[in-house]
Amino acid sequence: MHEMSIALAVIDQVESAVRPAGATAVSSVRLQIGELAGVVPDALAFSFQLACEGTVLAGAELITEPIAARARCAACDRTWPAGMPPRLSCPGCGGARVELLSGRELRITDVSWHDAPVPTPTHEER
Amino acid sequence: MCRVLDLQQAVLAKNDACAHTLREELAGRGTAVVNLLSSPGSGKTALLERELTRARERGVPVAALTADLATENDAVRLARSGVPVKQVLTDGLCHLEAEMLGGHLDGWLPAGTRLLFVENVGNLVCPASYDLGETLRVVLASVTEGEDKPLKYPTAFGLAHLVLITKTDIAAAVDFDEAAFRANVERVNPGAEVVRTSVRAGEGVGVLLDRALAAREGGPAHIPVMTRQSHHAHDASADRVGHRDTVGSSRS
Ligand SMILES: Nc1nc2c(ncn2[C@@H]2O[C@H](COP(=O)(O)OP(=O)(O)OP(=O)(O)O)[C@@H](O)[C@H]2O)c(=O)[nH]1
Ligand SMILES: [Mg+2]
Ligand SMILES: [Zn+2]
Ligand SMILES: [Zn+2]
Repeated sequence: MHEMSIALAVIDQVESAVRPAGATAVSSVRLQIGELAGVVPDALAFSFQLACEGTVLAGAELITEPIAARARCAACDRTWPAGMPPRLSCPGCGGARVELLSGRELRITDVSWHDAPVPTPTHEER
Repeated sequence: MCRVLDLQQAVLAKNDACAHTLREELAGRGTAVVNLLSSPGSGKTALLERELTRARERGVPVAALTADLATENDAVRLARSGVPVKQVLTDGLCHLEAEMLGGHLDGWLPAGTRLLFVENVGNLVCPASYDLGETLRVVLASVTEGEDKPLKYPTAFGLAHLVLITKTDIAAAVDFDEAAFRANVERVNPGAEVVRTSVRAGEGVGVLLDRALAAREGGPAHIPVMTRQSHHAHDASADRVGHRDTVGSSRS
């Protein structure tokens, strides 16, 4: 189950991003998961919860945003929802000059936390 | 006060960067990696042993690294080919990652190796997400697994440069519907080459070596749709930047 590896990678990236900003307790992490990313959101949520223990993410909520797979045919310009299992040859002309518009995302979009009582107003994003 | 950091980072960015570096480093040394993926027992080791033997007979310098959760059995079998072989035990991990692979190559990969075959952990889910810096990714499926595997594991089959059917010698005994299998591969990975192999009958042995050598020269002959990422794909995340204030409902 590589969801644990994925969860650890998420935590690692979030920690290094929020530490400099002075966050002590992350409340939520938002993640986009494409249909074709090969990750099971429920399994990831379970691993995430376990792996967060003892980090600044302890108790943080993992908000996953599913991203549908969409494809486009270069020959006839048609776009379609690839579906699951995906259909990646063109349903219109049968062509194989197809590109994937979305569906392989596995990205952290944003992280939220509450400032400690004494705020540090100099923090800015990025 | 609620703070939101607009991170926009790919979760596998670190692995992807390691894989990229490894690919470039190895290319500089004249080595191309072939990443072999399949379910447990599809016949990766059996076919690889033949391909390695073929390479040695043809005087092509190759090496193989095999990853398993436990036992050194596969390395013992592959070493019978007479080429350099290394066993990696993944210590519970169900897939290889680029950084691990790079670490295992340090001080081991013989100079002048043209092809490094990597037998990934038998598993069609997890290894699919991890680029190992390979030039050619090959997915194997045996006739005993049924024709619907490409639909059940679309990410694995969809990212393959080459698909090998294994154990064709027993296809009739298990009523393998090859046309249906090929149609399923075509659905998730249009244009991908599908080759029949059997180590028992000697069918298709040597094709993997040929395709790997060709990919080392000019890159893979086939680029899967799933790896052709569109530029439009970024529009969605750009749209989201304005919404960040709405995130971060309080939770204590
Ligand atoms: N009939 C037949 N059996 C085969 C063939 N190739 C492999 N086998 C058998 O299938 C079984 C599994 O083969 P392996 O080569 O160990 O498969 P693998 O994919 O390396 O397995 P893991 O590394 O454990 O995932 C063995 O009993 C092989 O003898 C073939 O072409 N024909
Ligand atoms: Mg094996
Ligand atoms: Zn796994
Ligand atoms: Zn079309």
